[in-house]
Amino acid sequence: MKELALMKGNEAIAEAAIRIGVDAYFGYPITPQSEVLEYLTLQRPEERTGMVILQAESEVAAINMVYGAAGTGKRAMTSSSSPGISLMQEGISYIAGAELPCLIVNVVRGGPGLGTIQPSQADYFQSTKGGGHGDYRLIVLAPASVQEMADYVELGFDLAFKYRNPVLILTDGLIGQMMEKVELPPQKARIEEFDQSWVITGKTPDRERNIITSLNLDPDLQYEHNLKLQEKYRSMNEDVMFERIGCDDAEFLLVAYGSSARICQKVVDIARGRGKKLGLLRPQTLFPFPTDEIARLSRQVKGIMSVELSAGQMVEDVKLAVNGKVPVYHYGMLGGKIHSPEDVLSAVEDKFIGGL
Amino acid sequence: MKEITREENLVYRRTPLMTDATLSYCPGCGHGTIHRLIMEVVEEMGIQSETIGVAPVGCAVLAYDFMDVDFSQAAHGRAPAVATGIKRLWPDKFVFTYQGDGDLAAIGTAETIHACNRGENITIFFVNNGIYGMTGGQMAPTTLEGMKSSTSPYGRNNETMGPPYKITELIAQLSGTYYVTRQAVHKPGPVRKAKKAIRKALEIQKEKKGISFIEFVSNCNSGWKMTPNDSNIWMEEHMFPFYPMGDIKVDGKLVKG
Repeated sequence: MKELALMKGNEAIAEAAIRIGVDAYFGYPITPQSEVLEYLTLQRPEERTGMVILQAESEVAAINMVYGAAGTGKRAMTSSSSPGISLMQEGISYIAGAELPCLIVNVVRGGPGLGTIQPSQADYFQSTKGGGHGDYRLIVLAPASVQEMADYVELGFDLAFKYRNPVLILTDGLIGQMMEKVELPPQKARIEEFDQSWVITGKTPDRERNIITSLNLDPDLQYEHNLKLQEKYRSMNEDVMFERIGCDDAEFLLVAYGSSARICQKVVDIARGRGKKLGLLRPQTLFPFPTDEIARLSRQVKGIMSVELSAGQMVEDVKLAVNGKVPVYHYGMLGGKIHSPEDVLSAVEDKFIGGL
Repeated sequence: MKEITREENLVYRRTPLMTDATLSYCPGCGHGTIHRLIMEVVEEMGIQSETIGVAPVGCAVLAYDFMDVDFSQAAHGRAPAVATGIKRLWPDKFVFTYQGDGDLAAIGTAETIHACNRGENITIFFVNNGIYGMTGGQMAPTTLEGMKSSTSPYGRNNETMGPPYKITELIAQLSGTYYVTRQAVHKPGPVRKAKKAIRKALEIQKEKKGISFIEFVSNCNSGWKMTPNDSNIWMEEHMFPFYPMGDIKVDGKLVKG
């Protein structure tokens, strides 16, 4: 039976985490994501499922608690917003290097620095290109609705354990604070039986000790480890996710994710109402990026516009995919301001004039 | 010869919980002795299959090569947070961190104080040799006034560099700490006392009474640029007056400091 609720995106993530049986959440307050920790502490998940909730002394401590917890093979997560995620980068790099599964949520706000508490998509580079030191990647999920905020918690953990890699839900203050109808997943128990072959449980006589580390002082071993990581990141392509909206007959294409994609859906509606063949490709995974799909569409359309709440970050990946076949433009809004559908539409008409 | 190598005549043997790997520590350094004592206690308590260590950044970064228990390596200073994550999910396991002075008392100050304040049921082994050993002998938060290091080549100047501080006395003030003591391992007598302290610390963890915290004041003969014996004499003459031996907090009550 469907269980519907009206919730903020941040609350939907927290409720979904309890319902899918996440083992632990470690976090630190920061606007605009504090509802995650607030909701979790209010809901007494330690009684509902035995889930561990702990408010850490900093984001640095929170991500290292996740690192420790993830080494036990259980499902651990954290959430924060841009400045806090910057603080976590050290720990995320260690988690990626040690190949631990976990879930991180970034409810992005405008930057740089303390910036603003309003929504932004300016953390795209940090999220999709590694973020901390070293050659590594996170799997990056980009929800565009409160429903996807809830759904991507379980998806995120499935992918994290499939690849033994940290997964990032990249959302923003708009989706985090927005209330929508959401169908909640059924309540599951936490997983008691799981693969413990690699985790730290205490060494038993029948096996060698398990060690969680990202350290390989021998460059030959570190080289091999890096090659293995790169092969893993390439293999993630099989889990690329995107939504095609009005793409079948599109002559011009928008590429947008998350809250910007919601706005662009409206742009497509208005343009279609005027008889203009505008389509929208919405990446649901930003790493892996839908490079192949954009390359295919670039053979069909006359021009592509990447629409982001940033100065132009995803547009670089779009250009790499298009590889010069058609013009690629960027339209963006900065510093916590949000573009209206009309703003985007007039930019589209300006760039693709005659076509629309 | 064969006649005397019998079990009843055995007075000492190496604990099998120390691996066969050659220690990476300098000859004369206290780390190896501390490793051995911890593993002897783990063996005697029969808790190898329930014990998880957290290794630091610094000389003991490869502690997991020598101690035959499951380990998680931690970023510089973050071991108490990592241990918190492990212990909260395995509350019945024995979890310890093994940290140096730069790791625990400089970059990891926040993680140390807050794990202690929460009273996480873990054990912290803190090795204080007054210097950053691994990176080549730089000034640590515990470097004594006037003491030379590669970043205080004319001696530590308390006026400009700040004085050394006693984080062990500091965390003893927090209600989450249950057993806080300062030990050494440079002579047989102190070694025996240190081992008793390790046993007590892990017994307290078993009883879930809060943090048990042992500081080992130790030498760094390479970093101090002395022979091992001279470094131990120097340690007794200079380190011990500032970092006095003995219990600071027992059964949750301050006994000194």
